Amino acid sequence: MKKIFLIIQREYLTRVKKRTFLVMTVLGPLLMAAIIVVPIYMATRTEDTKHVAVVDESGIFLEKFRDSENIMFHYLDKDIAAAKTNFSKSGDDALLYIPKPDVNLPSNAILYSENTVNINITSYVRSVMSKRLEELKLQARLKEYQTDKDKPIPVDDIMRSVKTSVDINTLKIGQDGRESKSFTELNMVLGFFAGMMIYFFIFLFGAQVMRGVIEEKTSRIVEVIISSVKPFQLMMGKIVGVGLVGLTQFLLWVGLTFGIVSVVTGVMSLNKDVKKPPVEQIMQQQKALNPASAELLMKQKDQGPGGASVVMEAINSVNFPVMIGSFIFFFLVGYLMYAALFAAVGGAVDSEADTQQFMLPITIPLVFSLVMAQFIIREPDGPISFWLSIFPLTSPVTMMIRIPFGVPYYQVALSMGLLILGFLFATWIAAKIYRTGILMYGKKASYLELWKWIRYK
Amino acid sequence: MNIFSAQSVTKQYAHHKALDKVSIDVPENCIFGLLGPNGAGKTTLIRIINQIIAPDEGALLFMGRPLQRNDISMIGYLPEERGLYKKMNVGEQAMYLAQLKGLSHQDANKRLRMWFEKFGINSWWNRKVEELSKGMQQKVQFLVTIIHEPKLLIFDEPFSGFDPINTSLLKEEILALKENGATIIFSTHNMESVEELCDDIALINRSKVILSGTVRNIKKTFRTNTFSVSYNTFEGELQSLLPSSFLVLEESRDTDHRHAQVKLPDDATPNDLLQAMMPSVTIYAVNERIPSMNDIFIQAVTQKNPQTATIS
Repeated sequence: MKKIFLIIQREYLTRVKKRTFLVMTVLGPLLMAAIIVVPIYMATRTEDTKHVAVVDESGIFLEKFRDSENIMFHYLDKDIAAAKTNFSKSGDDALLYIPKPDVNLPSNAILYSENTVNINITSYVRSVMSKRLEELKLQARLKEYQTDKDKPIPVDDIMRSVKTSVDINTLKIGQDGRESKSFTELNMVLGFFAGMMIYFFIFLFGAQVMRGVIEEKTSRIVEVIISSVKPFQLMMGKIVGVGLVGLTQFLLWVGLTFGIVSVVTGVMSLNKDVKKPPVEQIMQQQKALNPASAELLMKQKDQGPGGASVVMEAINSVNFPVMIGSFIFFFLVGYLMYAALFAAVGGAVDSEADTQQFMLPITIPLVFSLVMAQFIIREPDGPISFWLSIFPLTSPVTMMIRIPFGVPYYQVALSMGLLILGFLFATWIAAKIYRTGILMYGKKASYLELWKWIRYK
Repeated sequence: MNIFSAQSVTKQYAHHKALDKVSIDVPENCIFGLLGPNGAGKTTLIRIINQIIAPDEGALLFMGRPLQRNDISMIGYLPEERGLYKKMNVGEQAMYLAQLKGLSHQDANKRLRMWFEKFGINSWWNRKVEELSKGMQQKVQFLVTIIHEPKLLIFDEPFSGFDPINTSLLKEEILALKENGATIIFSTHNMESVEELCDDIALINRSKVILSGTVRNIKKTFRTNTFSVSYNTFEGELQSLLPSSFLVLEESRDTDHRHAQVKLPDDATPNDLLQAMMPSVTIYAVNERIPSMNDIFIQAVTQKNPQTATIS
């Protein structure tokens, strides 16, 4: 165990100390930030004013949607079925439907539109709704304290309990009245981007493992080392060490990217404020009753989403813990599986020029899953998407593309389970090829040869 | 006592048998030559001793008990195909390899500093391996092979890549290692160095041990009772002076003397040869022609039906 740690340490340190690592660490986030910020910025820059019709069955949002710079709201008295039928003729860009809640307050809404819904509209609607809901909840909570003025108000507790997030489903409504699920640009960008990153990371660091194995072979140090450790330890040490380099790079990128994105969007938000709902009014009323509750409202005002920019709002709507968590899983396990295969290729050849013939079966599923990305984005729940996100060789890329759109848990679990099995199987095969291959010099291996190596005792 | 024994070790690859019931015994504190033509199976046997590959059949004993995984910390191995990480610092690399052999960070550092001092290569510590010459790299390689003070050292073609000066330096070091109690298994094609260094040998040909024992006894066994004589003042054929059972193999002359190689029958001694010659010629020198390891190697390997011979 101590020895494999030594190997991991060497593989990690020699790579992290390289100048190229530093350059990549700085350039990566700039690129990533550009990829995140630019499409969102483009999406929010709508030249013409959008018209949104509102059908509010709950009745609590009457007159709450105020026109903003380029979104105009008007309320419809029709029921939702009639509104939908008339939608294509009405000339509106979107139809907002807030259904009557079963109990308490509503927490979701549906946006119908003929095309993909603009992020501006979604974000604005979400922010207005959650703001209003928080107001209502807060008023309800504060009523409990109005009767007894001496009762202390648990400020933080209340603040936490009123925090509300609103689900907004976006549905496409066709000319013929047919409905289909629609996704915002953000889901697509994120999905595609995450898939790209996985693809890129597996290739970049998988190839590093392969190059490392070839380096040990050509420099003839490999036999010196495997007289001290088992070939499997050397292989896994290298794979884990390089993987940690990848993880380090990724975490640095995420950190730096968030930094850059928040700075950029902070600048953008200066002239892109969403109008604030009048919290002040309620505050005045409450102040007379209970001074402590006024303080509470001050807090709510500061924390509320009203001041956030549209871009930040859109970014906040993504479930980042899930995204990053599953990214790390699919990146790591996918990488481990592919890296083992790359290591086997490195062990089987004498120089990088000979790798071509063995690289093909490894690169094809990886490239294929990226090529299929556009179909998957168009139909993230279709059968192609499903099967590609289950099959271990394609699942790391495909599943990451699907996750921002929402994937049933059982599918994610199945995909993860199969990927782990794929990793174990790949490592088992690779170890057999590797331990024979690294001792073969100047001999050109064929697939038949590899098959023999796998069967050696 | 034998430090290492292999008992009828067999290793089968897909289409050929690399080792066929190979048995060798390496006595403690000797230099053991593992000889054989290319492809005979030497490297396979060495890799089995280092537990890089596992034998299909047979037993391996280290210091009288079955060879275990932990024993690799008591074995030092300099493979024929050897090298170092080119982009890594010499010192860091030596530390890494020493620690892989089980030395603690402290011990590795202390010993390496001492050896670097001894070899006068302190200034190389922070240099990259690729900046060193081939010979310098070999020195570092040798050093990391012995740094953990192994009981058993295995050198596969250690002299390849060394110039004559470094070769003799290396020979001295090998002898010094033996002096300090280590056992050395030594695989080479260089028969001169075998003659110079080895106490025992095993000769492997076509996956089998065909000859093994101490160098002295093997040489004795391969004696052919042939003598070379230098003489003068005789112009005729030497054979005419000798009994017919004495065979003159070769005659030559230089400016001062005539020389001949004579093979004696098994029951004859050099005295018989001298007695026959003395009445007619003046004798300057008589030497027994002892076969060189080179001759023995060639003779043993080219024999039609190789018989396993253990000579003790």
